[in-house]
Amino acid sequence: MDLSYTPEEEDFRARLRDWLAKALPTLPAKPSPADWPGRRAYDLGWQRMLYDAGYADVHWDASPTTRLIFLEETERAGAPYVGANFVGLLHAGPTVAAEGTAEQRARWLPPILRGEEVWCQGFSEPGAGSDLAALRTRAWRDGDDYVVSGSKIWTSHAEVADWCELLVRTDPDVPKHKGITWLAMPMDADGITVRPLRTLAGSAEFAEVFLDEVRVPAGNRVGAENDGWRVTMVTLSFERGTAFVGEVVACRRVLAELARAARENGCWDDPVLRRRLGRLEAEFRALWRLTQWNVSEAEANGGVPGAGGSVFKLRYSHARQELYDTAADVLGPAALDLDRPWVLDRLSALSYTIAAGTSQIQRNIVAERILGLPKGR
Amino acid sequence: MRFQLTEDQKALRAGMRELLERRFGREALRAAVDAPGRLDRELWRALGDAGFFALRLPEADGGVGLGLPEAVLAFEEAGRALLPGPLAATHLAAGAVPGAATGETVVAAVDGELVEWLEAADVVRGQASGAVALRSLDPLTPLHRTPAAGATGTGTQDPVAVLLTAAEQLGTAVRVGELAVQHARNRTQFGQPIGAFQAVKHLCADLLVRTETARVAVYAAAVTADPADIAAARLLADEAAVQGARDCLQVHGGMGFTWEADVHLHLKRAWVRARRGGGSTESEELLAARLVA
Ligand SMILES: Cc1cc2nc3c(=O)[nH]c(=O)nc-3n(C[C@H](O)[C@H](O)[C@H](O)COP(=O)(O)OP(=O)(O)OC[C@H]3O[C@@H](n4cnc5c(N)ncnc54)[C@H](O)[C@@H]3O)c2cc1C
Repeated sequence: MDLSYTPEEEDFRARLRDWLAKALPTLPAKPSPADWPGRRAYDLGWQRMLYDAGYADVHWDASPTTRLIFLEETERAGAPYVGANFVGLLHAGPTVAAEGTAEQRARWLPPILRGEEVWCQGFSEPGAGSDLAALRTRAWRDGDDYVVSGSKIWTSHAEVADWCELLVRTDPDVPKHKGITWLAMPMDADGITVRPLRTLAGSAEFAEVFLDEVRVPAGNRVGAENDGWRVTMVTLSFERGTAFVGEVVACRRVLAELARAARENGCWDDPVLRRRLGRLEAEFRALWRLTQWNVSEAEANGGVPGAGGSVFKLRYSHARQELYDTAADVLGPAALDLDRPWVLDRLSALSYTIAAGTSQIQRNIVAERILGLPKGR
Repeated sequence: MRFQLTEDQKALRAGMRELLERRFGREALRAAVDAPGRLDRELWRALGDAGFFALRLPEADGGVGLGLPEAVLAFEEAGRALLPGPLAATHLAAGAVPGAATGETVVAAVDGELVEWLEAADVVRGQASGAVALRSLDPLTPLHRTPAAGATGTGTQDPVAVLLTAAEQLGTAVRVGELAVQHARNRTQFGQPIGAFQAVKHLCADLLVRTETARVAVYAAAVTADPADIAAARLLADEAAVQGARDCLQVHGGMGFTWEADVHLHLKRAWVRARRGGGSTESEELLAARLVA
């Protein structure tokens, strides 16, 4: 057991730190959360800077430890989050890289890395959330195209996306996991209507997407027809892999700020609150160790994220909510003021036990895949 | 980064598990319950021979010359086997108290107002005069209470003792997880294994998540030996052991409430260990202080 880094890894960290110190002051001002075109431009601009500096593909090609260092250092330096590039960089891109043809890789991967194209994820439907395989959006083959009709929901960043990783049903007559196909759909195609949905935090982070006989070239299919479920499992393993590394670093920073705020406003003298902060510190220390453990394990297994991602996600999503609930107690009445720091974060933390597989679904995964308990009815 | 067990560490853990299964299996455990207060000296010497107490003592002093990570793995196995005796106190006395390293001498230590295994010990470290026997909650841990005036108070515990205790708690969490899953697979109700019911499945999943979180915290603290890491490890390991044992008891249904089932023994020991070294309050305060340091 070792927690040290190799000289090469330390060297990577040092160069990255230097570059961040020079690059971050040149960033334009952050756009307001409601300004989607502004947010798109900002996120793509940051990706372009990473590309020019040689860091663009760190999520794909680097070793898990290098990626860990990248996420740790960028968060520590206060660099922008992947933002609108989330789906492209963290799951559509890796999926195309793993399952796409040479032509597809050449078409879609460079624009993601250069910060030119934004992707969104069209998996969930009104009738297919946790039960993703129940999806009903249909696709018929017509000449060289698939013709797609149906609707998707909770599609993050749909308003500004160029491409959508879309799951469609291509065979309704076989068991539900078997008739699904994975398509890359251009978001400017005819027949697509995007209706923004307002979240409980007040802004439109996701949208409903209606598809009315949208033509998608058959060449945009990744994997074989009706083999989309297997491709999807590849996508989801990336989604639950190390996607939260930077966030754990951020939570530890918030916790330290919270303790300082508590000292300033007198809450610190309340032993119950103080010990709660101490317990949260234990929690986030452990979550950071769990991250390092999972990364080391992935490294030993050739880079593939394991079921440990579900263990992490369960614990982390709960801890994050606990953190911001504690922040509310430190803030006192100011916890009801949307203009105060941490108040919006408290709201957005509510999504963590739902998005990317709810906590109940993660528990099923842990119980069935790790502990080997029987599948329920 | 290689934050995983090395081959040597895996071998050490497997060897320890094998020794304990052979020398302290289910029958020995139940025999110990039926003869409370009696410490198995032969087993204690066997542990000494295996290097359990001398593990961290330098080779020049007749020890094994290994570090905290190895000690933590050995203590995890001791916890898993529910091994009785003042394990941490004797381990910490190796090199200071003659015979402790080899298992010839049994060493107990005063911790706050409590002493475990006072009467069975050859040497007692700390001020134990006037100690009065308690009717111990844990049938496998005799307890004495020292007069409050003579107590060493909190804050004096060696962080290594706290970490080794956390490792034992981790072992308990691992064991009760195994017992819960085993029972959930075998026991049928409503025509299927109870482990197919989500309510049961989710208890088991949460148990595993707590255990794995505690595991990385304990292992990392063994690598860094940082007091804050150790404090974090103890909080997570106490939680994993105590809540894990409760959940395991629940999964066992009526059987879980019997003296016959081992579950209560794990829970009671976890409660005893959770009191050591100033308890969770001290660790929480240490971590809170670290936040604003
Ligand atoms: C902020 C946010 C962003 C998102 N972004 C995207 C995106 O970009 N693209 C996309 O495709 N999707 C996205 N999602 C959708 C997300 O993946 C789903 O919301 C999630 O999988 C849950 O599905 P659902 O909302 O239909 O809830 P349901 O499946 O209806 O679940 C409702 C409740 O029932 C429980 N439940 C359901 N099935 C079971 C079961 N078998 N056992 C026990 N309990 C069960 C759930 O845990 C939950 O508590 C996003 C969601 C959020 C909140």
